[in-house]
Amino acid sequence: MSAATNHTDSRKVDHSRAAADFTHNDDRAHWHDQSLWFVRAKRDRMANSLPEWETLRAKASEVKAHTIANLAGYLEQFEREATRRGAVVHWAGDAAEHNEIVLGLLQQHEVKKVAKSKSMLTEECHLNPFLERHGIEVVDTDLGEWIVQLRGETPSHIVLPAIHIKKEEVGQLFHDRLGTDEGATDPKYLTEAARQRLREVFLRCDAGVTGVNFAVAETGGIVVCTNEGNADLGTSLPKLHIACLGIEKLIPRAEHLGVFLRLLARSATGQPITSYSAHFHGPRPGGELHIVLVDNGRSEILGSDDFRRSLHCIRCGACMNTCPVYRRSGGHSYGATVPGPIGSILNPARDSKKYATLPYACSLCASCTDVCPVKINLHEQLYTWRREIVRAGHLSWTKRLSMRIGGAVLRRPWLYNLVGGVGRWSLRWLPRLLIYGPWNPWGKQRDLPPAPSKSFRQQYRRRQS
Amino acid sequence: MSSKADILARIRRNPTPAAPLPELEEAWITYPDPVAHFFEVLTSVGGQGQAVSNGDGAADAIRQLPCLADARRIVCRVEGVALGNVDLAAVADPHDLADIDLAILPAEFAVAENGAVWVTDRGLPHRVLYFITQHLVLVVPRREIVHNLHEAYRRLKFEEPGYGLFISGPSKTADIEQSLVIGAHGPRSLTVLLCD
Amino acid sequence: MPRVGLFIPCYIDQLYPQVGLATVELLERFGCRIDFPEAQTCCGQPMANTGCVSDARPLAQRFVEVFADYEYVVCPSGSCTAMVRHHYEEYFHGDATYQSLRERVFELTEFLVDVLNVEQIDGRFPHRVGLHQSCHGLRELRLGSSSEMVGPEFSKPRRLLEMLDGVELVTLSRPDECCGFGGTFAVSEEAVSCMMGLDRLHDHESAGTEVLTANDMSCLMHLQGLILRQKKPIKVMHLAEILAGRPVPA
Repeated sequence: MSAATNHTDSRKVDHSRAAADFTHNDDRAHWHDQSLWFVRAKRDRMANSLPEWETLRAKASEVKAHTIANLAGYLEQFEREATRRGAVVHWAGDAAEHNEIVLGLLQQHEVKKVAKSKSMLTEECHLNPFLERHGIEVVDTDLGEWIVQLRGETPSHIVLPAIHIKKEEVGQLFHDRLGTDEGATDPKYLTEAARQRLREVFLRCDAGVTGVNFAVAETGGIVVCTNEGNADLGTSLPKLHIACLGIEKLIPRAEHLGVFLRLLARSATGQPITSYSAHFHGPRPGGELHIVLVDNGRSEILGSDDFRRSLHCIRCGACMNTCPVYRRSGGHSYGATVPGPIGSILNPARDSKKYATLPYACSLCASCTDVCPVKINLHEQLYTWRREIVRAGHLSWTKRLSMRIGGAVLRRPWLYNLVGGVGRWSLRWLPRLLIYGPWNPWGKQRDLPPAPSKSFRQQYRRRQS
Repeated sequence: MSSKADILARIRRNPTPAAPLPELEEAWITYPDPVAHFFEVLTSVGGQGQAVSNGDGAADAIRQLPCLADARRIVCRVEGVALGNVDLAAVADPHDLADIDLAILPAEFAVAENGAVWVTDRGLPHRVLYFITQHLVLVVPRREIVHNLHEAYRRLKFEEPGYGLFISGPSKTADIEQSLVIGAHGPRSLTVLLCD
Repeated sequence: MPRVGLFIPCYIDQLYPQVGLATVELLERFGCRIDFPEAQTCCGQPMANTGCVSDARPLAQRFVEVFADYEYVVCPSGSCTAMVRHHYEEYFHGDATYQSLRERVFELTEFLVDVLNVEQIDGRFPHRVGLHQSCHGLRELRLGSSSEMVGPEFSKPRRLLEMLDGVELVTLSRPDECCGFGGTFAVSEEAVSCMMGLDRLHDHESAGTEVLTANDMSCLMHLQGLILRQKKPIKVMHLAEILAGRPVPA
């Protein structure tokens, strides 16, 4: 299995190599593919239970486009309304500032132990290692996240963080760390063991940190969705709740939650809604609610006509579940916090050199575009990203050269006919040994087509004369 | 304040095409029998429930629950149901609710499309009760049911500070090999009673 | 009599001439006057899909010059048609010649169904047929409904196939998953590409596919490559070959 991804590493991500490693274990790769296809199939059943599904997607997309077009105003409104209801709003330009703000709040409250619920933003900012370096214990309380945290890994999926891990491995991990019975692999038994241990964490933690699914400008409220109830347990016992969100999470009005909550869980896991959809307006009596609004590159994406719509993302993970490449290469092959189709758009925006291979980890099948609940044109953006990668000079020179040569040949019909004729002749007459070798990646597992002696145009010419 | 100013300036520097806010009035899904649909969905998400006639009916239904037999510490906030033995007013620290076995609480309304019920912290000193209890029973007036979430949000106003929550089924997880396990961190069971 | 400029993708020209000939016959049977402009080579998709805009642009310009004057342009490939219809815009920016041509470029099955309004095809194909729904035709040209979206089900290729006597279409467990060809993806992500292809083939094997068909020969080239290497009994034919009444290859 892939080792934990080191996000501060600036080495280039080689997706195709990581993917080849993943597929090398054929049984496991198929198991991974089928687990995710199972989720995709559940999603299909849920989507089909609503005749208005496509209308909902269109509305969601329009609401997001409107919000992004008026984001500054909505952020100010949100701050005003949240403050009016007793929350404290903080603004962070980047990940470092976000981490400093959170650390400052925790230190101010003399917090030693934090119960954290799932937040891709804090993963993006690498909050955990930062807080741990400052002596604060952070426990990821979502079961999947806790499992990857105990393994010293990062999530391989934004909604199903431990989708790459088998129950036998969880059983071994829990045996080592929690003292569960050796060889026990029953998910029910293992979940119960986690429940018991994490109860202690909830009862002892001094602060709860959560992500945010939606922030409502009109009401200054934040909405957090979980199935386990961990975000609510983690924020209803201690006095301090810190909620971290990217600025693209804004929506104008509470009524828009009707659209998004109908789409989110159906798209993510094939549920009609998550078990818990909590609406926080201000702190609980006697407590404090701090909301950290984070930019970290989002305002740059907002300026791009090609990629602006990637800010519509509600982090449902449906594009991963449907992606035939993600399902067969695993989340860690993307070497980034957000993997899969949406990750292959967001990560190059951050560092196009490091993530240059991600837009190519895609067959352009467009399933992600059709599945996306907020109608992000994912496959088109991946296509466009390839142009940007080439423009920035990050495509490998061998690929660049082969495209140059191909283009030069195809511009000249006489040369095209000549090369085609030589190619067909070679396929017909050269020994297999010369055709198939390490220089021919096509032929590693596939035969080349049986070549005809005459091209279509030669045969057509004869037919017409 | 400088980060705020910077972020807003960066956003405003980037002109984005105008996009109107869409109308949300649509022929959203409705159900011929919303109560039946509600229970169908509730069951599919791991919950259970039934319609009952009144407070006595609710109490009778709760007495049939297996979780009641083992419940030692019970919080009950539903009028007409006298099954509680813990006085919430006497609990100052929510941590002291860690050993609650069963909570019987009122809910405001139910949503047919997704089996959810809406609850708040109004009049409830410790909202953690919804999560910390081992088992949860929610009692909703039967007439308070809407077809879909759009109707639900038409009812909700968030003028004042407060906490509100849709609960759809018990706490659950499928984080180990996509096997559904009921009772992750929160209640191991959820029963919803629609009460006339 | 519709005057059709025949757009034959480069790999069909060089490797699958029988598919081009079947396309010609089929269109002629439905009353089209065919012209094959020999100045054509490639639409530029391999370069464009790799992001090499400067290499794709001259090919796009050349394509528009070659085909501008035809009443219709018809191509037996959804992917190449989608390239012209959806991805040329960045090379032409509202250019009137391109805009006008764009409206007249059709993939073969949509041309038969939407323009020629074909209701009946004489012929018999008594085989269990597995229809591979090639992605660009499906999700960019909307030749059929995709499994992700909610709405009425339809498929133009399927409708045409069902006009033949004796055709038995198999039911797949994943009706429109990508085969893994993806142009240069097939080489740059060889491992995933081949796994995807083999998974499609297993689905077809379980469904009892005897003849595997698609309206994109590129997908079939990839799948056929795997079939030949693994010596599987599945036969591969382009949809045009089946519709034109060609026999199953030995």
